[in-house]
Order: sequence, then C-alpha cells, then structure tokens
Amino acid sequence: MRVALVDSPIDVSALISEVTDDSCGAATVFLGCVRDVNEGRAVTGIEYSAYRSMAEREMTAIAREAAERFGVTRLVVEHRLGTLGLGDVSVAIVAAHPHRAPALDAMRFAIEQLKQRVPIWKLELYIDGTREWVGAGSIPAGVR
Amino acid sequence: MMTVTVLLFASYADALGKSAIELDLAPGSTVRDILGTLLSMPGGDRLPTRPLVAVNQEYASANTALHGGEEVAVIPPVAGG
Repeated sequence: MRVALVDSPIDVSALISEVTDDSCGAATVFLGCVRDVNEGRAVTGIEYSAYRSMAEREMTAIAREAAERFGVTRLVVEHRLGTLGLGDVSVAIVAAHPHRAPALDAMRFAIEQLKQRVPIWKLELYIDGTREWVGAGSIPAGVR
Repeated sequence: MMTVTVLLFASYADALGKSAIELDLAPGSTVRDILGTLLSMPGGDRLPTRPLVAVNQEYASANTALHGGEEVAVIPPVAGG
C-alpha cells in the first residue's frame, strides 16, 4: 500500500500498474474530479491545501484499516494539492485483489474515510471572481 | 510557563490572519485554554466556539492536557476529495 499528497497531475495508469499483478482478478479505481458547478454556483477551479503531516498520517491509517477490514493490501491513494482546473483529478484510489468484492469495498471505504477525516481543504473559485472555503466535511466520530 | 505552537488552516487562518502562533501557557493548561485565547484574539469571533483540534497530528478533545512543545492544530471542517 502507498499513500501520498502530490503537487503535480496524478498519473492514473501508473497507479493501476503499481498495485496490480497477475494475481489480481479485479482492480477498482475511484477518481475525484473538479466539477463545474457547486450548489448552483459556476466553479472555475479549486485550490486544495492540507495539514500535510497529519493528512499523510490519516491516509496511512485509512490504508491500514482497509487492509485489516477487507484484506486488501494492494491499495494506493494519491491526493493532489494546489490549484486545479475543471476536470482535473484531485484524488485517485486504486484497490486490487484476486476478487472484486474486497476491491470494491476497500475503494469505497478509502474515499469515504478520506472525506471524513483527512485534513484537506478546498477553496472554490467561482466564475464571478469570488472564492469560498468549502465546509462540507463532518466531525469525525468520537472526537471532542 | 510552557510554549506550544498553534497551527491554523484554511478559513481559520484567514479569520486570524496568520497560520501559526506561538503561545505561552501556564502549567496544567489544556486545549480548552488555547481555544479561549484564540477566540479572544482579533478575528477570533469568526471561529466556532468548539472547533476540531489535533495535538501532535492526532485528533484531541478540549480536555487534552498540554505539557509544552506540542503542535496544536485547529482544524476547519475537512473537505478533501
């Protein structure tokens, strides 16, 4: 397994090659992309920032939990930071396994956990020149 | 006295106009004491009264005790993905 915060475009094909071999009957890929509209407002891009040391730590913990829960150790998670344009891939997750069910479950688990607990933020840039921090995240369970 | 480093991110950094603050605290201080100090600073009224906090990169509670030298991060609602 490998997790990383990256500052340049994510090479999805390379990630698939990284985690698969002839034992894998299934590989699942999740891509998060910058969308052109959010809550009715036209978006031109998103600026991603993070608390890097903690984000990498949480991403590593999520990958370990995915291995424990689903037996999926062939997992890679990359999240890109910086200013991204429409359609750019902000996060990519690839999970591979001899069978599809664990690969699907691990991929879903990884993205849902990432969205809940990894300290990454997005500053949305709108077509009218305004910008706003997106506060859609939830409070991790058991905290405070 | 003991010193901790407080890190602010995203909307919270904008609210206080800085991304890192060194705070001197009395022995026995907790995360709650840090939050009280932040809320009383200029722009602190734009922080929630009980924001999420991490101490040394782990989520913590308001009661978490500090001993000096910690990295205390005040964490806005996360929005990765």
